[in-house]
Amino acid sequence: MSNLQVSIYRYNPETDSAPYMQEFQVDTKGRDVMVLDVLHMMKEQDSGLAFRRSCREGVCGSDGMNMNGKNGLACITPLSEVVKGNKLTLRPLPGLPVIRDMVVDMGLFYKQYERIQPYLQNDTPVPAIERLQSPEERDKLDGLYECILCACCSTSCPSFWWNPDKFVGPAGLLQSYRFLADSRDTATSERLTDLEDPFSVFRCRGIMNCVAVCPKGLNPTRAIGKIREMLLADAT
Amino acid sequence: MSNLRSLTFDAIIIGGGGSGLRAALELAKSGKKTAVLSKVFPTRSHTVSAQGGITCAIASSDPDDDWRWHMYDTVKGGDYIADQDASEYMCSEGPKAVFELEHMGLPFSRFDNGRIYQRPFGGQSKNFGEGGQAARTCAAADRTGHALLHTLYQNNLKNNTTFLNEWYAVDLVKNAEGDVVGCIAMCIETGEVVHVKSKATVLATGGAGRIYASTTNALINTGDGIGMALRAGFPMQDMEMWQFHPTGIYGAGTLVTEGCRGEGGYLINKDGERFMERYAPNAKDLAGRDVVARSMVMEILEGRGCGENGDHVFLKLDHLGEEVLGKRLPGIVELSKTFAHVDPAKDPIPVVPTCHYMMGGIPTNIHGQAITQDESGKDHIVNGLYACGEAACVSVHGANRLGGNSLLDLVVFGRAAGMFIEGALNEGIEYLDASESDVEFAMKRITRWNESEGGESIPALKAELQDIMQTSFGVFREEKNMQEGVKKLEELRSRIANAHLPDKSNAFNTARVEALELDNLMEVAEATAIAALERKESRGAHSRYDYPDRDDVNWLKHSLYFPMSKELKKRDVNFKPKTVDTFEPKVRTY
Amino acid sequence: MVTNITSFGRSGLSDWLMQRFSAVVLAIYTVFMVAYLLLNPNLDYYAWTALFDQTWMRIFSLLAFISVAAHAWIGLWTVTTDYLKSTFVRVGAQSLIILAIFVYLVWGIQILWGA
Repeated sequence: MSNLQVSIYRYNPETDSAPYMQEFQVDTKGRDVMVLDVLHMMKEQDSGLAFRRSCREGVCGSDGMNMNGKNGLACITPLSEVVKGNKLTLRPLPGLPVIRDMVVDMGLFYKQYERIQPYLQNDTPVPAIERLQSPEERDKLDGLYECILCACCSTSCPSFWWNPDKFVGPAGLLQSYRFLADSRDTATSERLTDLEDPFSVFRCRGIMNCVAVCPKGLNPTRAIGKIREMLLADAT
Repeated sequence: MSNLRSLTFDAIIIGGGGSGLRAALELAKSGKKTAVLSKVFPTRSHTVSAQGGITCAIASSDPDDDWRWHMYDTVKGGDYIADQDASEYMCSEGPKAVFELEHMGLPFSRFDNGRIYQRPFGGQSKNFGEGGQAARTCAAADRTGHALLHTLYQNNLKNNTTFLNEWYAVDLVKNAEGDVVGCIAMCIETGEVVHVKSKATVLATGGAGRIYASTTNALINTGDGIGMALRAGFPMQDMEMWQFHPTGIYGAGTLVTEGCRGEGGYLINKDGERFMERYAPNAKDLAGRDVVARSMVMEILEGRGCGENGDHVFLKLDHLGEEVLGKRLPGIVELSKTFAHVDPAKDPIPVVPTCHYMMGGIPTNIHGQAITQDESGKDHIVNGLYACGEAACVSVHGANRLGGNSLLDLVVFGRAAGMFIEGALNEGIEYLDASESDVEFAMKRITRWNESEGGESIPALKAELQDIMQTSFGVFREEKNMQEGVKKLEELRSRIANAHLPDKSNAFNTARVEALELDNLMEVAEATAIAALERKESRGAHSRYDYPDRDDVNWLKHSLYFPMSKELKKRDVNFKPKTVDTFEPKVRTY
Repeated sequence: MVTNITSFGRSGLSDWLMQRFSAVVLAIYTVFMVAYLLLNPNLDYYAWTALFDQTWMRIFSLLAFISVAAHAWIGLWTVTTDYLKSTFVRVGAQSLIILAIFVYLVWGIQILWGA
């Protein structure tokens, strides 16, 4: 098997006036390794190549990137899943400012996450043991709490590209619903009031790019639909 | 180096994992000027990978459960070199800490009565080993670490903690009196190096599993805090004690939780035999991790391993049925499909013991205060330095940690350190400022890399280090092999001291971070190697062919490694819990 | 909450609801018109004016015109806030759109009730 042809986005603010694509030849010895392994092989050729990584098993959310046009986590994406015609094109997550190479500035993404007050609010007195929650109530959090904040969804969403400062984006809204759906949270109406403007939730046009790319198989579009239902029920 | 910008805090917490965030939360609530400095965005820390749960006697699955039973299991699991005052503190304070997490919003799985779901884990018993298997591990499906880390991060946001995310701590700064008064840190995004001044410096930097070639640990687990403390001349405790988790996915090293066996899964050899019945007739697959890992290696060595090369065994889960797997172990199903190409609902998962946890670390008391020892063997507090989580050795894990006890350790001792520092700050702390030469001393290492002009490459040296550790300091150890390992490490140290950082740029230079991490891996590896060579007995995770038995006469002790002299001394284990009778060492069987 | 003074109801929920409501009105109006044209293949000017002389048809048509106006404004306002990042250009475009919609609406009313 011939070497894998990798084309990767490069930009070092100290030396490059503009970003460019660089070609690498990577010998994977015919094995179906993960894209992250390929990045490590490339870093051995050029130690200056910058990318984030941590857990290498798809739970920390560090290595979200755009692989042959689709966002995903490099560490759990095998070559067989993305490579076409022995070619792999790697770009940073779209729509966020690039710091260096594959490393993007996630500031706006985190800001939207913080905006939805991503923590349980409960104004009732704290019991001596845990607050009780039935398995059925707990089931409502499945498919919501598992988000790893990798930003694959929000950076594949055109509404987030155009208004990252005003539209919360799929990741933030998924977390918003995670707390709206939690039987232990008592701040439901404050949370809803904060979302009823024309941008925060309503800029979602339901194109479901977020669902298509989520590496954890979560469904932000459905959560957004549920938030709309709650807003409607609350306001009418 | 007076041109360094300085940042001043009451307390600086280095590390944004479970213990760091728990300590930070306590301090943020108190209104102290605190910052968390983390080399990754906090939710990327390794706590996120913890799966099975947090072990604690909250009396949910069994209303009669007792923290003393948990303490007994912990002390026995640690092969009797866990400090009993610390274990007592962890197990008795545990329920409070777990309920706090629930109140913060941690989405625990639930029993029908609405209480927190608890599952059986290895080494758990009722009634001091007399009442059979307990189910004491509180779980959020098989994503407990993820749920815990995110909950702690969220609550730090709620309490407006200051975060220095993607900053890397380089070295500790000591004043003329040997007190720790801050650190040198680098902003990874800009490359700027600053002097962080602080009255309390907390090392919550986690483990260092990356000293081994095969590990369940994240790529970031490079023992940065251990390296910093060793370079500053502080001793390390029980560094020979490394836990090999029985079920790392063969080939990939990713973890498969002990909860799989807790839910009813079991290990089989190539003949399909449930071999743990022979090694641990009572607890079987839920014996201590050290026992299970050793049994697996015995099976492999005796030719009953699975696969073409007979170099692994199988974890059988298919009999649990798709529904249980989907409900209780959804993450495991995902991981084994991705990394082993196996659907556990149909086929067994190939697994092999894989480096997982560092029981040793910076010796501390239950308040997180770092401890050193003088010439006469007397303990002394290190002013200004604290540690918690995996980086610390309180010691509650002794020679072998029980599953689910690491998450409890994080929250209990992160919380304890936070509370203690708050009190100390309220009483007032005055240390001598660091002089210019003190700061310059802490800058030596990063300056060395920045001025390196040639030499060997960093990834190659790292791979070599990991190979040495894997070959000479694995599940089973032996004098001659270890001596060779120590010698090779010594030689490697001088080569690393002359290695080359080719990329000197400032913006997000990950090569520089990896260079700095390599130094830390070297420090941890050497401490491990020397401690392992010197402890001439088998205890817990430390198994020697040449000294197969536990030696309570000479080694019912902590080991204490001194980096300057490279000597190994002994430190007394605490056998004086405050409210229960001492658990006297017994032969450890499961 | 993101504050915004140029959106229709100044609330995402009312915009969203209005867009759906107007869409339904327009759908019904369209179905009615298509059906009417199909059922009257030899339609002449007198039949057509007779239809529009009836008050219910004028109200129905006015409802459809207002729906077009609201629907167009919400939609185009969204497009301008997505793509026009310069405040000056965006406010200019929005003013033109409002003017055009207003003119069309008044013109439509004039046609319905005019000579």
